[in-house]
Amino acid sequence: MGEMMGDALLRVENLHVSVEGTPILNGLNLTINRGEIHAIMGRNGSGKSTLANVVMGHPAYEITQGTIHYKGSNIEEMEVFQRAREGMFLSFQYPASIPGVQVGTFLRKSVASVRGEAPPPREFRKELKNAMEQLSMDRSFLSRYVNQGFSGGEKKRLEILQLLLLQPDLAILDETDSGLDIDALRIVADGINSIAQDTGCLVITHYQRLLDLVKPDVVHVLLDGKIAQSGGPELALKLEDEGYDWVDALA
Amino acid sequence: MTQDAQEAVGDYRYGFHDPESATIRFDKGLSEQVVRDISELKNEPEWMTDIRVKAYKHFVEREMPTWGNCDSLEGINFDNVTYFLRSSDKTEKNWDDVPEDIKRTFDRLGIPEAEQKWLGGVTAQYESEAVYHSIREDLEEQGVIFLDMDSGLKEYPELVKKYFGTVVPHSDNKFSALNTAVWSGGSFIYVPKGIHVEMPVQAYFRINAKNMGQFERTLIIADEGSSLHYVEGCTAPTYSTDSLHSAVVELIAMEGAKIRYSTVQNWSANVYNLVTKRGVAHKNATVEWVDGNIGSKLTMKYPSVLLKGEGAHAEIISVAYAGTGQHQDAGAKVHHLAPNTTSNILSKSISKGGGRSSYRGMLQVTPKANGCRSKVVCDALMLDEDSRSDTYPTMEIGNSTADLEHEASVSKISGDQLFYLMSRGHSEEEAMGLIVNGFFEPFTRELPMEYAVELNRLLELEMEGSIG
Repeated sequence: MGEMMGDALLRVENLHVSVEGTPILNGLNLTINRGEIHAIMGRNGSGKSTLANVVMGHPAYEITQGTIHYKGSNIEEMEVFQRAREGMFLSFQYPASIPGVQVGTFLRKSVASVRGEAPPPREFRKELKNAMEQLSMDRSFLSRYVNQGFSGGEKKRLEILQLLLLQPDLAILDETDSGLDIDALRIVADGINSIAQDTGCLVITHYQRLLDLVKPDVVHVLLDGKIAQSGGPELALKLEDEGYDWVDALA
Repeated sequence: MTQDAQEAVGDYRYGFHDPESATIRFDKGLSEQVVRDISELKNEPEWMTDIRVKAYKHFVEREMPTWGNCDSLEGINFDNVTYFLRSSDKTEKNWDDVPEDIKRTFDRLGIPEAEQKWLGGVTAQYESEAVYHSIREDLEEQGVIFLDMDSGLKEYPELVKKYFGTVVPHSDNKFSALNTAVWSGGSFIYVPKGIHVEMPVQAYFRINAKNMGQFERTLIIADEGSSLHYVEGCTAPTYSTDSLHSAVVELIAMEGAKIRYSTVQNWSANVYNLVTKRGVAHKNATVEWVDGNIGSKLTMKYPSVLLKGEGAHAEIISVAYAGTGQHQDAGAKVHHLAPNTTSNILSKSISKGGGRSSYRGMLQVTPKANGCRSKVVCDALMLDEDSRSDTYPTMEIGNSTADLEHEASVSKISGDQLFYLMSRGHSEEEAMGLIVNGFFEPFTRELPMEYAVELNRLLELEMEGSIG
């Protein structure tokens, strides 16, 4: 899949999405270029997670109208794993646990799948060690089963560890800040910032506190499945101070 | 298996076979004369001939078993089975003397790797008899006897006579009678008092002749305070006609001894795999069965432990994978015959593509067995709507002081798990392979490394086979 010069990394146009017949997104437009951080804010049920899932290709979400272009191509027919191999990454709000599969095995296999070849063992060990140190993760993580019995904070750290290892072109972070204490939030934010230069980031959050640490270029407010308002970082601050009621008035 | 998968692993393991090079082959079918001929050909002592003939007569009279999926046994045509086949005339102890085509087969099975340091020795059963057998010097120095069963009978007739058939008598069931009548090959191991064999001792078995029955007989004796881990692996080439595998394994753990017997079997989809495995644990002894069943048309196998001495312990961990057209009827039997005996049973099964897996268990506590504890856990994973899983636990509890736990679960792969793994670049087949390997992990981690790797690879190939 060739990325055309001048084309956006992600271009969502007039996107309508239903889940089991219920419309969730109603004409959403969004363009993200490499190196940009976009924040999406909005109340529960406004469609934030739906946007994350449909871009990643979750089969339960049906596109009824509109298009998603990634690296210049319409990806409606592209399978989830192909999107991942093309450099798309979703940090899950609630990552699934995989009993019996050790984190170390899972990471090695995932890196091999996304890169298209198994990394040389010694280099991979080094890469892994560095990334885990950056996130203040103990080595004992590697022998635990994926997300099984993990605390909320541990799950989020494992998501960010994957972000660092997989080095995606487009990173979608779905409420990665929820359930984190301030120290963990800072570590996670540093992780995001460390990859953000060459990556397009879509950060879904409820809270300003992550955006203090990960500076967005654009902030969007989602309302009833559409972007009601876009602006700079000051928009997030306004939401923090005034809530969402004033956005309702715009609709 | 897909073409790609085949290429990825090379054409080893499953579908190849060397031209049959049997030097002595009996006609199909069984009679008293065939039984006598087998015994005579092997130059056996008269008492063994007598046991064989007695067992044959019992086999003829005995009804089919009633424990297990017994209706499916109707498909066996005993007249269409070859009961004895020998591929080379004498047992080899030196690798250089093993015939070339047999070596080639073993090369593809990875046998030379079995020479690696961690192995205690190799007995490779090619067709009906061991053709290659080596014991590392440290085993010999420790006084450990590790022979194929035929050689064991020749060199240690008194030991064999003392213990043969004491744990699984020929009259136990129709298939133990058949095995006793026509047995060939298998392993004979004796570990002297107080000796701990540190490395796993290993044997490979496979079926390589059309309609060739395999009737290996294994007898392992761990004398007081000794310990041993025996590993057995099976792969079978694919054939279109039905094939019968009916082994008997007897384990004897004397006071304070410990035997672990690990098996991974991957019979081709036409094999009836009907195995009687039983161990006796005397005072404070431990018998552990680690048993993995993949493939075959029908497997009926219920590794058993008789907890005969006070404080004895049984551990049975088994997994079964049933694909299209397969029934894994497996489980465990533990008999608490003495006070303060304990047992753990963990059974995990996967059914896919219309396959059926059943857990069939027997837990017995006799009236005089005070203070026994047992825990049974059965987990089933169903990969599609067409497949089937059942649990048939039987309990005969004659003592009210027994502390018993039983847990059973049936689960499916969740869409959330698949989406999560696929978002990390894994195809649906690869994602299922990971989930399935994870499900079997409590079993796999008990295996020596190369078996664990092979089992995981096998399951991944199974997942690649039939999706989409």
